[in-house]
Amino acid sequence: MYKYDQYDQAMVDARVEEFRDQVRRRLEGHLSEEAFRPLRLMNGLYLQLHAYMLRVAIPYGTLSGAQMRMLGHIADKYDRGYGHFTTRQNIQYNWIKLEEAPDILADLASVEMHAIQTSGNCIRNTTSDQYAGAAADELVDPRPYAELIRQWSTFHPEFSFLPRKFKMAVIASDTDRAAMRLHDIGIQIVRNAAGDLGAAFYVGGGMGRTPMIAPCINSFVPLDQFITYAEACLRVYNRHGRRDNKYKARIKILVHELGKDEYTRQVEAEFAHLLTQNIEPPTAELERIKAQFVDPPFETGLSDEIDRSDPDFALWVDNNTVAHKAPGYAVAVISLKPVGAIPGDASGDQIRVMADLAERYSFDELRVTHAQNIVLPHVRKADLYALWQVLDANGLATANLDQIGDIIACPGLDYCTLANARSIPIAQKISERMAAREQEIGELKLKISGCINACGHHHAGHIGILGVDRKGIENYQLLLGGSEGADCSLGTITGPGFDESGIVDAVERVTNRYLSERQQGERFLDTYRRIGMAPFKEAIYG
Amino acid sequence: MVDVQYRFRSDEPVADPAVTVDSFGEQTNAAAVRIEPGDDARDLLPFLDRLQLVEVNFPVFGDGRGYSAARILREAGYQGELRAVGDVLVDQIAYMRRCGFDAFAPDVPLEPADAEAAWNRYGDVYQPTVDGRSAIWAKRHG
Amino acid sequence: MKILTGNDLKSGAVTWWTGVEWSLHVEDAVDVGDNADTVLAREQAARRVTGAYAIDATRDAAGIRPAHIKERIRALGPTVRPDLTLKPADPEAGNWVI
Repeated sequence: MYKYDQYDQAMVDARVEEFRDQVRRRLEGHLSEEAFRPLRLMNGLYLQLHAYMLRVAIPYGTLSGAQMRMLGHIADKYDRGYGHFTTRQNIQYNWIKLEEAPDILADLASVEMHAIQTSGNCIRNTTSDQYAGAAADELVDPRPYAELIRQWSTFHPEFSFLPRKFKMAVIASDTDRAAMRLHDIGIQIVRNAAGDLGAAFYVGGGMGRTPMIAPCINSFVPLDQFITYAEACLRVYNRHGRRDNKYKARIKILVHELGKDEYTRQVEAEFAHLLTQNIEPPTAELERIKAQFVDPPFETGLSDEIDRSDPDFALWVDNNTVAHKAPGYAVAVISLKPVGAIPGDASGDQIRVMADLAERYSFDELRVTHAQNIVLPHVRKADLYALWQVLDANGLATANLDQIGDIIACPGLDYCTLANARSIPIAQKISERMAAREQEIGELKLKISGCINACGHHHAGHIGILGVDRKGIENYQLLLGGSEGADCSLGTITGPGFDESGIVDAVERVTNRYLSERQQGERFLDTYRRIGMAPFKEAIYG
Repeated sequence: MVDVQYRFRSDEPVADPAVTVDSFGEQTNAAAVRIEPGDDARDLLPFLDRLQLVEVNFPVFGDGRGYSAARILREAGYQGELRAVGDVLVDQIAYMRRCGFDAFAPDVPLEPADAEAAWNRYGDVYQPTVDGRSAIWAKRHG
Repeated sequence: MKILTGNDLKSGAVTWWTGVEWSLHVEDAVDVGDNADTVLAREQAARRVTGAYAIDATRDAAGIRPAHIKERIRALGPTVRPDLTLKPADPEAGNWVI
């Protein structure tokens, strides 16, 4: 894992003092709310439905046990005993006091964490593959590149007042686990025919009001130029992105309106210019960072055998562990989606339990996934049973990874001022309704957003649900056929919307239709792609 | 005319009125220009030799196009005064200096103590720009 | 009726204008009639509240009921965590929201 040196530490320490000063000026009346708002947002502090909300950055979703424990400490000391893991691999707290926010940042800085640029019209926290460094199918660990982006984007003087927020993701395997093409910039680390590593740039993807899948604008940028290339992408956007309408201000609209070819031409021209400016970190810097992401000392000669005599454990192994690159190890996924629970929420106690488990069983490492779960990336197969027993005792052993109960849901109208409808109660009801048949149904990614901003990724759900406001009454639209992976696709709306119980019924009907139509080995998405919308519409609307 | 509150250069300020980017090319004796957010700073590159003052207007602080305009001019070798005018707030001035601004004429004068803190808040920076400061990576690999 | 709501500047807590001060309880809210802008400007300038605005509400037998569901959720708390609402002991409290 990346460790701060004195420069990184000085940066977050200075940020704490800067924010302390900004809060003081606000409380003393030297700053209006209008002037303070963008400042607090650039530190992840929102004024939400019930209180201030603080979003803490978890760069590329990677955490140590000590960092995770601090998240639990903050939940208990400054909040109401829990935190919410988000679809951007961050955590947010819902009941923060403004006057305590600087102290929270100071606590975070003590474990090399921060809330910098977790909101605002700037480059947000960079996300990555939650199995990075452990996945059997990755080309290289993508996180050193994400860390280089983190440093480059932190307090970038030119790009802190962009037309709109800006989200980047970096992956390094063909299996896209980070929804890379649904980002403002998605980068895939690739190898070319000559055997060199480079960065493929996908620019102009996103969800929200106008969902778009990012086109590839350059399939191979040499790795000793990729920061410069990103700078060129951003500069073209900062200069020419629309500022007249916030709903058309994301880079996807610019790329769409200019056309991919013209946008690319402008980027390449800016890139040629910026190459003369020597802004690229030297290879030695990338090597310095890479050295901190070397493999932990995996034991050799371990057995791959797992004692499956406990059927509940065997089910969890089948559903919630993933192939690891090292023999005798597995990636273990902790579901934060117990039946009927709030997706992504974890109590301070649960957070501490996961921190302990990471130290004991996973070389002191955890990951947060965009699906709002937690990963222990490096667990010996021989330790899985002991691990599972602790998880089970703490309500963390739900065996439903990527199944219909593993629902992504934004906070919705229960917490969010932007929401039009509640998301969480829908997730809870669907999870309860479908729990008994989860295994039979198999992989089915269900994603719920409480408004068109799509924090719940509804466009990318095999089944997606979008909450809307119909004359003051919550109403829910149903979408089918989305996917965030390498087979990226956007869901299609089935037809008229539903009320709260109607949407749960509709999901059940869709699922039943899938079960009656599916052929051997088909996931829901495969069946949908084979037979199309019509049979599902018929099942829903009769 | 709003007063220049901070100026980090020792030459005599240019007294000429700033003209628009559109008209600057034709007014062959003009030495001062004012860039609005929608203007293309690169239109000025043919005239850098006679340009002595560039005002970059920030009508609202959230419109960040002026940061790119400033850097583009400095990257092209512009040595004259680069003045941020308009909705210039204390929490933005450090970014502006990093992008090459060396004079500040905020609509509302900044609190001197706050501005002093802002200039000096971050001892080191992650990115090389046009302000001459070494990036942290350069210090790491001295 | 028109009532005023906002958040306490320091704590962020949802508050309602009572005519003299800001209360955590929507049932304390008063009709401000045409005075909303005056009160909001004064109270925000004095930093007794932030992010404040006027909303429509009605008064019925149960008390004051904001017109929009969002404001009713603000008045009560998150419907999915009854323990964190203002009425943790009332299992039916969430029904008021809908």
